Amino acid sequence: MPTDVERWKSEVYGNEIREHLYQFAEDGWESIPDDEHDAWFERFKWWGLYHQRNGQESYFMMRIGTPNGVLEPGQTEVVAEIAKEYASGPAENPEFGDAYVDWTTRQSIQLHWIKLEDIPEIFEKLEANGLSTQQACGDSWRNIVGNPMAGKAPEFVDAWPVIQELNERFKGNEDHSNLPRKWKVSVTGAPDGSGQGDINDLAFEPAYKEVDGEEVRGFNVRVGGGLSRNEPRLARELDVFTRPENAADVAAGISALFREHGDRENRYNARVKFLMDEWGPEKFRNTLQEEFVDFELETAGTDLREQYTYNAGGEEHGDLIGVHEQADGNYYVGLNVLVGRMGADDTLELAELAEKYGSGEIRISQRQNVMITDVPEEDLDDLLEEDLLEHYSPDPHPFMRGSVACTGTEFCSLSIVETKNRQVRFARWLKQNVELPDGVEDFHIHLSGCTASCAQPQIADISLRGMKTRKDGEPVEALDIGLGGGLGEDPHFAEWVGQRVPVDEVPGAIKNLLASFEDQREGDETFRTFIARQDEEELEDLIEPEETSYEDPYMHNTKMTWYPYADEDDMDASPAPTDGEGNPIAPADD
Amino acid sequence: MSVALRILDDGAWLSVNDQRRVSVSELWRLDAPDFCDCDLVDFIAEGFTGVSADGHQVAVTTYGKCIACGESGVPGKLPVGHIRQGEYKGYDRQNIVLRPIERRQR
Ligand code: HEM
Ligand code: SF4
Ligand SMILES: [Zn+2]
Repeated sequence: MPTDVERWKSEVYGNEIREHLYQFAEDGWESIPDDEHDAWFERFKWWGLYHQRNGQESYFMMRIGTPNGVLEPGQTEVVAEIAKEYASGPAENPEFGDAYVDWTTRQSIQLHWIKLEDIPEIFEKLEANGLSTQQACGDSWRNIVGNPMAGKAPEFVDAWPVIQELNERFKGNEDHSNLPRKWKVSVTGAPDGSGQGDINDLAFEPAYKEVDGEEVRGFNVRVGGGLSRNEPRLARELDVFTRPENAADVAAGISALFREHGDRENRYNARVKFLMDEWGPEKFRNTLQEEFVDFELETAGTDLREQYTYNAGGEEHGDLIGVHEQADGNYYVGLNVLVGRMGADDTLELAELAEKYGSGEIRISQRQNVMITDVPEEDLDDLLEEDLLEHYSPDPHPFMRGSVACTGTEFCSLSIVETKNRQVRFARWLKQNVELPDGVEDFHIHLSGCTASCAQPQIADISLRGMKTRKDGEPVEALDIGLGGGLGEDPHFAEWVGQRVPVDEVPGAIKNLLASFEDQREGDETFRTFIARQDEEELEDLIEPEETSYEDPYMHNTKMTWYPYADEDDMDASPAPTDGEGNPIAPADD
Repeated sequence: MSVALRILDDGAWLSVNDQRRVSVSELWRLDAPDFCDCDLVDFIAEGFTGVSADGHQVAVTTYGKCIACGESGVPGKLPVGHIRQGEYKGYDRQNIVLRPIERRQR
């Protein structure tokens, strides 16, 4: 039997959701029939709107998909203005204030506390400026990711036109708008592995082939990566090479195969990684060839994986922070945004700096950071003197630089623990209290509030994932600690070796772990090599939780609050749902 | 009157008649000796994979972990509330011991 979600999708899905959305917006929150909430909120995702969690009814997270993280001149300002005007809720966040922008690990943008009634105005403003929320969530082509500097930094093959073509072809495309599940695509042209293809449903990675004595550059295709549900998978080699000009046709075939063969009976089994588990690459390729493309697929070319340096365990994480030269002789400046969250006013200032010193363009990385591009060499010094760069540094402390965190209990239904504010406090404490061993410049700590793994913890140096435990008999938020993750030629997912460490003992555990690394390090081996030569028991011994001077204000069950940072945080104190003006709507007789 | 029971948002919560009723991340005590060796399982609900109505009882098939011993998996269908005359009422799950439906039927 098809699931309810599939039934709703078969009734109304894709572009047509929009007219309903506009009607509800005009008539107000209460116009959504009581017995249709589930169906509409599931459908709204397709237009980038995710109903916020329990206690925050009538408020939405809005995701704006920016292909490859590229914000064209003028667009950053628009995002900042929308955040300022519409993304304030009934309570403030103590670290970030009351209007902010999240730069995400899939090079998108998230705004929170969006009211249904404001959506048409926001959409019009976005679309007038070439931005869109279409397919930012829901079961279809999501935002396409890659190396954020595609088209500007040196590349083996030019990925940016391919990304643009895929985006144009598959956004709003009726044939591909209702897939069994989300469809995450990465296209990389850079030779360093920086598009993170391995953890996407479909990956195009740079490769070449000798054809009639000539080198043809293009992409090898991999399918079936993903991190979620405690079932992480690396994308598998499909033995298909595609030239850039054919990439969209190959992608269309693979997406159609997924549309027809993905599991629509069971959403937990629906991602293409599970189909790949079942079929293996050979059957997948044969089916693709026989049923979904009308041209001969080329066999895989020679890839560049041996050259991959991005998050490959060496000194170089390739996060693009700092000042770097572009292919055209201009420069880009990568700025660290701690846990990816930037106040709306700061975002406006970022847009102004980009206008003043560069072309006005901003790019977003998969590490939740931003780049100002197209800065002439002679303007670099002035840009680097700007106040904004004190807070969003091009030369951050490693603990600041390496901090990635997902949304967590602040807004997310799936979450188990508070994430962003906690990671900010972790980073500050570590910076003040822990010395990194010699030569360790890049050190990534990723915190995800649950196993969905939006912060991509399994590919960090230290992987943190939300859990609970008891401390002195009381339930407290806790984290599992994983080690050994990273990408590169030989990607590896972290092993979860530390279980249910109370959150206030995690900074101590990290401190002790780094001290052990320093003690036991052989020569100047990297952290990843050090971890890789430990057996499981030794890894477990490396996790030594300890209380320290670190204090955690979010130890209690933040998911039971309506908003973790509200003065009155009880679920009963929630003002939600509220009307278009933010005034509480009295509950019906229920 | 028919009651709509659904698990939504990738197993994040139980919806009863389009209202969110039970969310992941709750801590429950379970009488489920097959699940782990603890006297009472100290269970964190991490994801719901199904919901059923057995008589008046609403039970969710739940993936989770015993936070005392670390055992993880699906202890069975756990009763979280009941329906009377079309109205759902949740149990006081923080303060009672839940027993998987399967265990009761044996
Ligand atoms: C309201 C907040 C969010 C919710 C409810 C949410 C939900 C989910 C869910 C349910 C999954 C895993 C399920 C699946 O396999 O499809 C997932 C995975 C993921 N999400 Fe989110 N997410 C949220 C925020 C974010 C943010 C801010 C980002 C960054 C764009 C993000 C990026 C990812 C990534 C990278 C993965 C894991 C990789 C993968 O399996 O493909 N999510 N998210
Ligand atoms: S990892 Fe889990 S808690 Fe964090 S945003 Fe994703 S779904 Fe929510
Ligand atoms: Zn146990």
